[in-house]
Amino acid sequence: MAKEYPGTPLKSKDFKKALKTKYTPSAEYAWSAGQAINSFLNGLKEGRILGIKCRGCKRILVPPRAFCEECFISVEDWVELKDTGRVNTFAISYLDTMANRIKKPIIPAVIEIDGAGGNGFLHILGEVDPKKVKFGMKVKAVWKPAKERKGDITDIKYFKPLKGGD
Amino acid sequence: MENVAIIGLGFTGARPDSPELSYKELMYEAAVKAYEDAGVDPRKDVGSFIGASEDFWDGTSIFDEYLPDQIGGALRPVCSICNDGLHAIATGVMHIRSGIADIVAVEAHSKVSDVVNPDGIMHFALDPVIDRTLGYNAHVIAGLEMYRYLHEACVTKDECAEVVVKNRRNALLNPYAAYGAKVNIEDVLCSPPAYEPMSEMDVSNFVDGACVIVLASERIARNANDTVWINGIGWCNDSPNMGLRDWSYPRYVKLAAERAYADAGINNPYDEIDFAEVDDTYSFKELQHLEALRLLETGDAARLLCDGAFDLEGEFPVNVSGGSLGMGNLLDANGLVKTFEAVEQLRGIAGQRQVKNAETALVQSWRGVPTTSGAVMILGSEPKGGA
Repeated sequence: MAKEYPGTPLKSKDFKKALKTKYTPSAEYAWSAGQAINSFLNGLKEGRILGIKCRGCKRILVPPRAFCEECFISVEDWVELKDTGRVNTFAISYLDTMANRIKKPIIPAVIEIDGAGGNGFLHILGEVDPKKVKFGMKVKAVWKPAKERKGDITDIKYFKPLKGGD
Repeated sequence: MENVAIIGLGFTGARPDSPELSYKELMYEAAVKAYEDAGVDPRKDVGSFIGASEDFWDGTSIFDEYLPDQIGGALRPVCSICNDGLHAIATGVMHIRSGIADIVAVEAHSKVSDVVNPDGIMHFALDPVIDRTLGYNAHVIAGLEMYRYLHEACVTKDECAEVVVKNRRNALLNPYAAYGAKVNIEDVLCSPPAYEPMSEMDVSNFVDGACVIVLASERIARNANDTVWINGIGWCNDSPNMGLRDWSYPRYVKLAAERAYADAGINNPYDEIDFAEVDDTYSFKELQHLEALRLLETGDAARLLCDGAFDLEGEFPVNVSGGSLGMGNLLDANGLVKTFEAVEQLRGIAGQRQVKNAETALVQSWRGVPTTSGAVMILGSEPKGGA
């Protein structure tokens, strides 16, 4: 076979001659959430989705931030939002974080939270047949039990299709 | 070439921890202050945003993705420089001189309190095949340099300790600094040995903080208040090879300085420059850098230091801000923080630590171990060639 192609084919013993040095970096972090996200995460712990309204452009930012990147001003008008929304876009992933193949796909989706004027955040869809996810589909947060919530985005387990939604 | 000026400054101040703020909120604070100082609207007036950052310090690969929002750069031209903030200023100068932008915002920050093990990140900077597996802390590189420098320049540990005493004393007068203290030589020499010949107090402490500097073309700067001019800038890297580098003398600092001096038309730096903010990540570095900058002959810096020449009231004040030993070490923001100090001095608003009759300043940065990366900038209260 090798003769069909130009060049010199590599054999497995050739690879052993090429030495490599293995190293696992010791890189550990503990990021401060900051004032805005801190309040957001505390809200999740209480089963609430908090947003913040910019007095300049009137947009509602969720997750909230301390400043509006459009108007470049501080933002402090807190609003509580519903835990329902619509699917803006989604992907059906048959590979996991490290690209291992999985049988049951993960469906990350960007959820436009109701009342936030089209803004929202990326989360996971659950209790849904991947073939039946649609743009604009109404969804609702499925929360972890209150005792298990710890102020983390995973306090919402996933968003599921809202019955009676179109 | 067109003159470039600094028209705005913002600095959060340095502190060992900032648990209540995210790095974005820290950067936002510095940016707001800088744009207010410059009198510019970042959403309309700034033509280029440049951040100096290192992914492993920030803990996010491809960190420039997270740069725009908090400095006003969303949907605007943004880039990041993986080097000290002074290199980012050099890039900003190029953007202005090449006509790409009239106003440039330069940002750098340290949120090192988010890093659980800074020594792990520093170790990761060593050459992976030849150096990293030997099993030593990266600060050792500075110990190696210090010993060779002491040996060749005939400088003592006591003299290096004087740098710590001076800079921490200076920091007491600087409300932005985190490590102001009244210490004496014995305190430094008797602090626990760290990387001999360095003791613990010879090493600056990491701190959090963010700094934003606004640059402008001459056309814009002519109408701005409190303008300070970038009259020269240069940068240089030596070979990183441990066997080939000069362990006693940072050649790259000399070459960066020569370029900056040529740019600024400076022939006799010690006579023509009024004060300097130079890298003092480790005590000996201040002395070594002053000599590599051709301000002094090798071995002379220690003598002048001990004579008080580098004190606030001395003939050539050095690190009046407190330097990294007194301010704290802000990673890639060190160059910008030194620039912040130099501009405040040239504007005459440095308060208790004001250097008298300051018109020309030198700022120098080094990217820390294990690098051989340095930059030098000459600032003036007048543009080169006169007002």
